[in-house]
Amino acid sequence: MKSLITSRERAAAIMVFLVALAVFPQFDQEFYTELVTRVMVLAIFAVSLDLLLGYTGLISFGHAAWFGIGGYVLALLGTKYQITNNLWLTLPAAMAITAVASFIVGLFVLRTRGMFFIMVTLAFAQIFYFLFHDVKALGGSSDGLNLRGKPTTEINGWVPFELTDTNTLYYFVMVLLVAVLLFMALLLRSPLGRALQGIRENEHRMAAIGFPVLRYKLAAFTLAGSLAGMAGHLYAVLSGGVNPELMSWHQSADVLLMVILGGMGQLWGGVIGAFSFVLLQEILSVMFKQWHLWLGTVIVLLVLFLPDGMISIFGRIKALARGRNP
Amino acid sequence: MKDEVLLKTIGLSRTFGGLKANDKVSLELRRGQVHALLGPNGAGKSTLINLLSGDIPASSGQVLYRGEDITALSPHQRSRIGIGRSYQKTNIFPGFTVFENCRLAAQSREPRGTRIFSNAASYSPYMVAVEEALDRTGLDDVAQRPARELSHGQQRQLELAIMLCTRPQVLLLDEPLAGMGHEESLRMIELLRGLVASHAILLVEHDMDAVFSIADMLTVMVNGVVLITGTPEQVRSSPEVQSAYLGSDAEASHV
Repeated sequence: MKSLITSRERAAAIMVFLVALAVFPQFDQEFYTELVTRVMVLAIFAVSLDLLLGYTGLISFGHAAWFGIGGYVLALLGTKYQITNNLWLTLPAAMAITAVASFIVGLFVLRTRGMFFIMVTLAFAQIFYFLFHDVKALGGSSDGLNLRGKPTTEINGWVPFELTDTNTLYYFVMVLLVAVLLFMALLLRSPLGRALQGIRENEHRMAAIGFPVLRYKLAAFTLAGSLAGMAGHLYAVLSGGVNPELMSWHQSADVLLMVILGGMGQLWGGVIGAFSFVLLQEILSVMFKQWHLWLGTVIVLLVLFLPDGMISIFGRIKALARGRNP
Repeated sequence: MKDEVLLKTIGLSRTFGGLKANDKVSLELRRGQVHALLGPNGAGKSTLINLLSGDIPASSGQVLYRGEDITALSPHQRSRIGIGRSYQKTNIFPGFTVFENCRLAAQSREPRGTRIFSNAASYSPYMVAVEEALDRTGLDDVAQRPARELSHGQQRQLELAIMLCTRPQVLLLDEPLAGMGHEESLRMIELLRGLVASHAILLVEHDMDAVFSIADMLTVMVNGVVLITGTPEQVRSSPEVQSAYLGSDAEASHV
């Protein structure tokens, strides 16, 4: 564990953050508990995109496709076709199906680079958007599908917890967020994770020293898609329904912004990005009528003055403090 | 096996549009030999290295590695069978430490390099190759520095260290001495001398003193065509070379 946490301050900050998260629902503010649950789901989504964006150097503009498909897997299995509404089946199914879908799409899109990759990922996401918008068998309609209820958690007659309880759902999502972060931390220091970062740093040289770059990128694309599918499933559980907007290009752009705001290629960047993005939205939409305008302005300013994301604030404060008392 | 032919080309050609960058190039690289490639700018030396490493595909002709046709293999496949290359323009992982640059290259030799839950940094099978390469190139002292902070000469040494960590049999070196200081050049030449017994080396280099001090064989190229292949003495005394290359104004100062 020790090598996963790079400094004492960092470890302390993470502990404080996790304790605060754990205590938060005890204030029994249902609205805010749900809001933070949503933020944690978006954080999983953002962290999954960061695996591509920040660690492998792949700018995917279609990441919402996997998020949406993850949600639709739950809605189709649990509500439309009523095959099973069990959490322990639908969540793995959402992850497996998004993994397969992103693997297949990855086979095509990963052959392109740069601007073309951005456009092709966007195009594929639009294809999925219209599939779920128009194909009746997939619940096609602009309204989407309403879930018939939260997934059950029964295992052989034993019910460990009920997702209908706001706080329980909160803690369930929190456990998954921590698990995803732990998984990412382990992945990033593993040979596979190092190779992905090598591809981000210098793809050409990676091939020259013998790495089958396409295969590694495909692994990253599939993993990221699967994690986004997990987030999508949870998002559907939380909001009680799905609609094609989950995989719209706005959603892809929002999650890109979260990662960029928080800090690309930083394990906690996606988490910080999700929190600040939603917080900004909430605050600005209360304060201003044309809040989108202000949101855009704030984001432009943040990106201009904090190009390494909000997470770099910590380093800057530290540098300032060191500069004043050397 | 000394003198074994490791890499061989037969009528290797590459055209870019109408330009014949390499025209029916045939040569052999043997273990234990430094084979230097000479020629004016635009003669097709870098193109030949790119054809051998697979960075660009051949238009026609064959590349054989230990007798097997590898013309269709991709760069990463050629690297895996034992063909290593360095680049004329430094091509490293600038954001990583020197150590990580080398470790990553050594990792590429690990068949199960995709293992997910082990710590790459403390995985010992990589370390032997890494330490040897750092020691040989004299980069031990800067192992923990980010590669982008190194001097130009050190980055050139890292360029070579990365290649050595992949444990290649054939070394394709594209101007390894470019931009190096005198001391660094001498060190690099010593390094190549140490490597030659167990490797086949193809050397593209403009520093003629270095080339003639180390090369066992020379191939002179002009306009994509091999003008002559022979020992340094044979090449030096060849009248064709005198007129076509060594006598030309542009390169005369190097000789």
